[in-house]
Amino acid sequence: MSNEVIIQHAVKRYGDFTALHDVSLTIEQGEFFTLLGPSGCGKTTLLRMIAGFNSIEGGDFYFGENRINDVPAHKRDIGMVFQNYAIFPHLTVEENVAYGLKARKVGKEEIERRVKEALELVQILPLAKRKPSELSGGQQQRVALARAFVIEPSVLLMDEPLSNLDAKLRVQMRSIIKKLQRRLGITTIYVTHDQEEALAISDRIAVMNQGRVMQIGTPREIYARPENPFVAGFIGVSNFLNCEVTGCEGGVARVCIKGELDIDVPVRRHCTGEAQLSARPEQLFFAAQGMPGTVLFSTFLGDFIEYEVKLDDGQMLIINEYTKDTATVHEVGERVHIRFDAVRISLYDEAGEVLSR
Amino acid sequence: MTDRPRRKIKLDFWFFVKVIVIFALCLFIVYPFYTILTKSVFSNKVEGVTLYNFQRFFSKKYYYRTLLRSLAICSFTTLFACIIGVFIAYVMTRYNVPGKNFLHVLIILSLMSPPFIGAYSWIVLLGRNGLITRTLTALGFAAPTIYGRNGIIFVFTLHLFPYVYLYTSGAMNSIDVSLEEAAENLGMNKLRRIMTITLPVVLPSILAGCIMVFMTCLADFGTPMLLGEGYTVLPVLVYNEYMSESATDPYMASALSVIIVACSMVMLALQKLVVEKKNYTMSTLRPPQETKLRGMKRFAVSLPVYLILFLALLPQIVVVCQSFVERSFSGVVQGINLNNYRAILSRLGRNIFNTYAFSLAAIVFIVIFGILISYVLVRKKGKAASLIDTLIMFPYVIPGSVLGIGLIVAFNRKPLILVGTAAIMIISYVVRKLPYTVRSGSAFLYQMDPSVEEASINLGVSPMKTFFTMTARMMLPGVMSGAVLSWITCINELSSSIMLYSGKTSTIAVAIYQEVVRMSDGTAAALATILSVTTVISMLIVFRATKGKVKIV
Repeated sequence: MSNEVIIQHAVKRYGDFTALHDVSLTIEQGEFFTLLGPSGCGKTTLLRMIAGFNSIEGGDFYFGENRINDVPAHKRDIGMVFQNYAIFPHLTVEENVAYGLKARKVGKEEIERRVKEALELVQILPLAKRKPSELSGGQQQRVALARAFVIEPSVLLMDEPLSNLDAKLRVQMRSIIKKLQRRLGITTIYVTHDQEEALAISDRIAVMNQGRVMQIGTPREIYARPENPFVAGFIGVSNFLNCEVTGCEGGVARVCIKGELDIDVPVRRHCTGEAQLSARPEQLFFAAQGMPGTVLFSTFLGDFIEYEVKLDDGQMLIINEYTKDTATVHEVGERVHIRFDAVRISLYDEAGEVLSR
Repeated sequence: MTDRPRRKIKLDFWFFVKVIVIFALCLFIVYPFYTILTKSVFSNKVEGVTLYNFQRFFSKKYYYRTLLRSLAICSFTTLFACIIGVFIAYVMTRYNVPGKNFLHVLIILSLMSPPFIGAYSWIVLLGRNGLITRTLTALGFAAPTIYGRNGIIFVFTLHLFPYVYLYTSGAMNSIDVSLEEAAENLGMNKLRRIMTITLPVVLPSILAGCIMVFMTCLADFGTPMLLGEGYTVLPVLVYNEYMSESATDPYMASALSVIIVACSMVMLALQKLVVEKKNYTMSTLRPPQETKLRGMKRFAVSLPVYLILFLALLPQIVVVCQSFVERSFSGVVQGINLNNYRAILSRLGRNIFNTYAFSLAAIVFIVIFGILISYVLVRKKGKAASLIDTLIMFPYVIPGSVLGIGLIVAFNRKPLILVGTAAIMIISYVVRKLPYTVRSGSAFLYQMDPSVEEASINLGVSPMKTFFTMTARMMLPGVMSGAVLSWITCINELSSSIMLYSGKTSTIAVAIYQEVVRMSDGTAAALATILSVTTVISMLIVFRATKGKVKIV
């Protein structure tokens, strides 16, 4: 059986409020797919629709060939890791992990063997007899993980599983989850609002906002080529500037930024008029000539220095300069000129549609 | 969380639970009360629908003074219980009173003991023929009388101050020390700190306790019946109008019931208005530390607590002692023996059996329905759930005697004749105690994350099976400790039993009342001792099971 997950035109409504507008996604077999977005964007709603805990108001959900819209939650054969782990408090660690296997009427010996394997995989076999109240947050997380994949589900769902852990443990668990997913090859759908986590863990990411999918792509694509200002602003840090396309010829647009600086940006289609560009802090640099401004603040962060520069018209820009690339440090109050890496920046038309290639 | 917009009604298990629960609540709460309501606007003196009964109530002193008396008793009791309860709560949470935990258990015990036993044993001490009265008279002093208004207030206060204590000490333990430290840091002296920070923050809890005291007082029947003599209060008047051979007027009794319920509703509305709106949620990082007092100071602080508790528990001690004393009919002591117990076993064995059998049956229903209803209220929100939520609150405002009358007038005719059966006793217990179990059950469910159930469903166990093997199982300990408390109040129940009992379905509480009225002190004491011992054992079980963290309020 194919473990592809296909979602076509999914719609979710709460009364008059539409939480999901016509979302379509295809998640490939064995893929680590992340739904990323700010809180309230609909990512958890969509995940719970896949799990069967939310009703589906429109659209079709398929696991491979099988349409699952009307399959009750307990028959969908999905593993799920909950945000707060949802460990059964009255059962021991191994009873928790065995729970789903018992529901599937797996033989006693096989249950024992598989539970042991699963606990070994998440490195908590010595804790098998403990009660959940005796476990730390990270250990509970591992139990939840083992409990979800031990049933060898066709799909694994994870709802912000790391959000209750401290920063160091989060990074550690993130790599455990990723390696485990690779090893077991389970199609995984992962929900998070943490863009760094999403970039680190995912094969592909769907960035969501206000019930819509804004962009689907690999972490690199999403970071380097945000298809709209929302994605540019949500993933990483972006400087937004108003500009005007004064000419367009041979796939290259002449863009005039605030009437002061002209750059040539490679574009995918002919365009003209008002536009918006976004540039990452590392896509801006100091030069002898360019847009004039004053350094307001500088923060030394080890491998790079982050500058806050105020342009003469009042707009603030964030610029990162890698310490290995430069010997000079700009002082607060210093007059500087800013230029752009025209090949890497993103350009959007007035409707927010991407123009840059 | 759950969301099924405009979907067809699912004919699942929960649908039937909702239907059955709503039907039962309507049948045993709404319908009886509706019958009372309709009866109250009729009279055998006037034709047709009339407000005659209410007119008569508010124009004749014989009637309206009972309301004034009830209000007076409730107000004074609440005031005194508030002073005592807050004082003890403050002292117990802030100072090193010796034997603190034990005292806490004793306070809860004195609350759980049946109120009319207190009244009865104060009669034994301070009644016309009481131990203290006779001693003082022999010494040439005039003994204070326990009968009448002051006696009722005295007994009520000693019995009910634990409500205020429990609410207040709960709140005081949850004040973060840094609040008071901040006030101190800002230059407030100790008294002003208490007045400006501590008191206002715990005030909603104090008020909640006071309202409990007031409502219990208003509804209680046994104490004023035994102690009132000529001083008749509203619930006693209801009983007289309905039960006594001389002046039975079911229409007037119904009107009086409506008036009591109206009073309770006003109190409950007040509670919603004042208490719930002004409740502070605090994150208590550092609970308050107790101040270590020494020597005289410690003694001075602890002594009043011990004295009050001694007075509160004195009735229990007196009753137990009294139960072993055999007296002749004229009250002369015949000897110390077990004859009282022999007498009740031969004569009142049926009452003892009934008490335990009915209460046990009631508890089984209370636990089952308590769990199911809590689940519907918390997890299956909707129109049906909010209807149940409203109906389940009704018994809070309907005093036992009123519910008793309601059940009688509703079920003494076809198609459903229940009067005189064991069923009607059990029904009245279930209906009256169910709200408490539902409240503790839903409180538990609110703090239990629904994702635990979802995890079970997700792992392949059907929602139905998940409920029975997972949710209900996890709820059981919490619900059980609530149920044991309900069990205690059931075995001690008097106000509805006295209305509903028949020769075959009489209980211990009813028998005690009758024995006291017949001046048969010894047997009454033996019966009361049985109840007290059962109460103490049950409470100890709850303390054991909850590791001392029992929630009464």
